[in-house]
Amino acid sequence: MSITRYFNPRKNQVDRTGLSVAFTVGLYGAAFGAAGVTAGFSVLQTCLLSLLLFSGASQFAVVGIMGAGGAAISAIATATLLGFRNALYGLQMAPILKVSGIKRVLSAQITIDESTAVATLQDNDADCKRGFYVTGIGVYVFWNIFTFLGALGASAIGNPSVWGLDAAVPAAFCGLVWPRLKNKKQFVVSAVAILWALTLTPLTPAGVPIITTVLLAVIFGWKK
Amino acid sequence: MSPIWIAVLGASATAFLNKYIGHSVPERWLNKPKIMRINTLVPIVLLSALVGVQTFAHKKELVIDQRVAGVGVALVLLKFKAPFPVVVIGAAITSAAIYNWF
Repeated sequence: MSITRYFNPRKNQVDRTGLSVAFTVGLYGAAFGAAGVTAGFSVLQTCLLSLLLFSGASQFAVVGIMGAGGAAISAIATATLLGFRNALYGLQMAPILKVSGIKRVLSAQITIDESTAVATLQDNDADCKRGFYVTGIGVYVFWNIFTFLGALGASAIGNPSVWGLDAAVPAAFCGLVWPRLKNKKQFVVSAVAILWALTLTPLTPAGVPIITTVLLAVIFGWKK
Repeated sequence: MSPIWIAVLGASATAFLNKYIGHSVPERWLNKPKIMRINTLVPIVLLSALVGVQTFAHKKELVIDQRVAGVGVALVLLKFKAPFPVVVIGAAITSAAIYNWF
């Protein structure tokens, strides 16, 4: 039995899709690594977020909030709310993967936007499973390698403003939120959230302006 | 333990719980239209707020500096469907150019 049964990008279309998604997404890991170090995290702390937390938006939120002087509890709460969508992905994947024990633990860890997206593009359960694991494991490997390289690169830099890293972080957040804005209501909600956060910034401790925007999500999402 | 360590380990633990719960609870617990609608908006509000704060806040003050230009360029690049690394690098180059030359 050879490895090509499980992974053979030369012959298998699902593997090719998974691998190209994994590599492209993995590259963003460098932006995260740089953001972590710029926010005052050590290279080890930055890499641990990619190894253990492993969910891009939540990781950026943790370093963004702590870097701005927020409390750990704000960072944890914001990251947790951002990660709730992974629970919903797990709901979708569990009936197809049918795993338990340690396999369920490992499958849960790689349940993210990309692995679920590639899996749900497939039209039978076998390809769905294959897409999930190839993409999930692939993103995990590349994301962690590039986090480390980005963190090392940023620690070689003194003042982050000289290299534009102070704008790279909000630009990364723009790149994360932009694809989610699909209709007028969502643009309005996004604008209201920005205004809300900026209004609270001078008045409340760092982190509070961000986490409290969840109230806006509840208000705007309550009725259709 | 420093606040950063608490944030790293705490957020990692809750992130895993989120993922594991999804694989373990019956679908009907979470699969409700209201939860789905709110959940679509949660990343939008949190990430938008982070864009605002990271672009305009300096400690507790609101300022307009080189970051605004960088983020403006990022938005234009996104509008023209540029890939993510191009967006981030475009923002960094713009911001760095203004910071270093003015």
